[in-house]
Amino acid sequence: MTDLLDEAARLRRGLPDDVGDRIVESLYTDAARIAAASVDRDGAAARLTVDRALDRVLTHRVWGFVAMGVLFFGVFWFTIAGAAVPSDLLYTLLVENGHAWLREGFVALGAPAVVTGLLVDGVYLATAWVIAVMLPPMAIFFPLFTLLEDFGYLPRVAFNLDRLFARAGAHGKQSLTMMMGYGCNAAGVTATRIIDSRRERLIAVITNNFSICNGRWPTLILMGTVFVGAVVPPALAGVVAAGAVIAVVVLGIGVTLAVSWALSRTVLRGESSAYSLELPPYRPPRILRTLWTSIIDRTFKVLRRAVVMAAPAGAVIWLVGNVHLGDASLAAHLVTALGPIGWLMGLNGVILLAYLVAVPANEIIIPTIVMLTLTLGGGAGAQPGVMLDLGDDAQIGTVLVGAGGWTLLTAVNLMLFTLLHHPCSTTVLTIWHETRSVRWTAVATLLPLALGIVVCATVAGVLRLLG
Amino acid sequence: MATPLPTPGVGRASADPDPGGGCASCALAPDAARLARLGLDPGRYSYVVALAGNPNTGKSTVFNALTGLRQHVGNWAGKTVARAEGGFSYGGVGYRIIDLPGTYSLLSASADEDIARDVLLFGRPDVTLVVVDATRLERNLPLVLQIRQITGRVVVALNLVDEARRHGITVDVRHLTRELGVPVVATAARRGEGLPDLLAAIEQVATTDDPPPPMRLVHHDPELERAVAALAEQVAARFPTLPNTRWVALRLLEGDPGIEAAVRDGTLGDLAAPRVAAAEVQG
Amino acid sequence: MTLDELPRGDRAVVTALDIRGGARRRLMDLGLLPGAAVHAELTSPLGDPTAYDVRGALVVLRRDQARAVHVEPEDR
Repeated sequence: MTDLLDEAARLRRGLPDDVGDRIVESLYTDAARIAAASVDRDGAAARLTVDRALDRVLTHRVWGFVAMGVLFFGVFWFTIAGAAVPSDLLYTLLVENGHAWLREGFVALGAPAVVTGLLVDGVYLATAWVIAVMLPPMAIFFPLFTLLEDFGYLPRVAFNLDRLFARAGAHGKQSLTMMMGYGCNAAGVTATRIIDSRRERLIAVITNNFSICNGRWPTLILMGTVFVGAVVPPALAGVVAAGAVIAVVVLGIGVTLAVSWALSRTVLRGESSAYSLELPPYRPPRILRTLWTSIIDRTFKVLRRAVVMAAPAGAVIWLVGNVHLGDASLAAHLVTALGPIGWLMGLNGVILLAYLVAVPANEIIIPTIVMLTLTLGGGAGAQPGVMLDLGDDAQIGTVLVGAGGWTLLTAVNLMLFTLLHHPCSTTVLTIWHETRSVRWTAVATLLPLALGIVVCATVAGVLRLLG
Repeated sequence: MATPLPTPGVGRASADPDPGGGCASCALAPDAARLARLGLDPGRYSYVVALAGNPNTGKSTVFNALTGLRQHVGNWAGKTVARAEGGFSYGGVGYRIIDLPGTYSLLSASADEDIARDVLLFGRPDVTLVVVDATRLERNLPLVLQIRQITGRVVVALNLVDEARRHGITVDVRHLTRELGVPVVATAARRGEGLPDLLAAIEQVATTDDPPPPMRLVHHDPELERAVAALAEQVAARFPTLPNTRWVALRLLEGDPGIEAAVRDGTLGDLAAPRVAAAEVQG
Repeated sequence: MTLDELPRGDRAVVTALDIRGGARRRLMDLGLLPGAAVHAELTSPLGDPTAYDVRGALVVLRRDQARAVHVEPEDR
């Protein structure tokens, strides 16, 4: 047997070094010849000019970025505006009516208060809340995003932004996964499958959390309008509030690039994989089919994971508010314990506790904060462990300032912390599923948190020094 | 394991749930062991179809069209890449179809290419169905040619012809068929176009006793030709029944680790064992 | 001249690939073979990469990749 191999080695030595390349090239040349003889592209000319004209605009130094801005702003606006009514409906149905109805049922059946509290006020409420608030925006954002994808636009965005990511040591397609993260980070992490190299994929996964997912916009918008906009004359309030939100988003992109750069220079050092991107021809999107597949594929999958996470979290939220150690609830104890770190970060114990227990979904951070603030701050109209929504932003502002002692610093730092904190548990689960590595899942979870602590503490320190 | 096979809603497909009469023990026996080693279970099917193609050619659409969305994700021995497998029945006969990873070539540049090559070479499917994109033919042909060098039991699905039409691109299917020496069927899988003809071609190739020989690539380099010819002679001497000695010789000259290993441990000889046509044993 | 030097809007024919092994195959997978016609179609607004038309497909190459492709520009 081995004499055959020896013979092969001998013959190989007699051949030029690049024999392998030559063999392959021979194959490719043959393929090109056969194709040239079989394919007729004469009808392609007209179609091509339209595509090329569109490309010149969409990758133009000025208009390209304008188009990007308009399209993505459009998608976000459409998502927020479009989700408002369905979210309200679902909220009324599942949270207000559903909760009340379920409660009545449990009480009528004579269930003990603890059981009713745990299951209805805790598990059911959190789950219903997450569905009501998460489902409509996702059901709008994902199809819109997929339509852009089908149309063929997204590779153009990757093409436009490539230099930034290349400089940061990241893969060119990270721009796409980053954008997906603005809908939902779990989906953004799954999208990193388009990056083949494990090293670059990990960078994309770890930095995805700096894309502000749908669930975090309400918090940002609330802080922007109620606190930041409030310090300027009413005429400017709207613009300034929007500006604050956009500033955080832009900061997020900056952090994504900076952290990618740092990772690629330290723990995730290595070769840049061979770049390969193509700009496919534009295609009229198949709207109905896209709606169907993106709703099944992305929306339901993510929602299912979120619900699985929300149920136990709801139980925890209720327990924390109703289990007493000594003379105070667990919540009170934890808030006090977290107080010092909270102060250091320019936040407070209530916020930190909320981020701990509401880890399944960013959407329930504010309701948890409001509930904790009222029940621990002695405000009326709230029950321990029962999340609540005051329905009116101004009212929330009053509660937070009055019963919670919030200042502008608290709000600004909360905006920063919204950007820089650990991923929601749905995302953490997805990261583990995609990377199959406990180590990298831990890094992806704790790195943003560490950054958040450092940045908030620094900002708090600086602002306090300045008076 | 009486899973009813889903039937495509086209062609002469029958709804017979138990086609080959439990063929796991018959014609595929010599290869069943090999297939099982690779993590595939031939089950109750008479023929195995390997589905290959470049990425983004609509391969999964073809897969779904043939299997009617009935797929379970199989795990490949030793690799964490999950591959889809499915089945369909046509003409009263069961076919198992395995969706190989989308690759640009079989030249072992990546784990995906290794998997695809291992299946095609050592799994020896009854039919290799290669999906190509009609709008990108020159890019997709290298893979087809490489596959054609390994086997003659090939059907080419010229997919996305609707896209090609839209772009004003026409492909001369007859010419392509002549050049490749195997059936080329124009399809638009997402619309169901061309599927009856595709199924007929698959059946024809699976059941034929006389498939076209593997394709021979002529090198314009005389030095290389001499070396290949010399080595191919030795390969033929060592493994007399091997149908594609030139291909093996080329790989050995390139220093292909997979082929070298097969020579060393003698499994290359298994490639030479003549295939028993399933039809022969069935009756 | 190498492909990265080809001015936008100009056409050329590939003469050689100055790179070996897997990276060379990748370029060939994209259609860049000696004899293939290319057209420098679009440049990214940030300067890099550039999209080249190769037999109807728009292939995007960064400068360092394009540098490995030797071309003969077509006369205007």
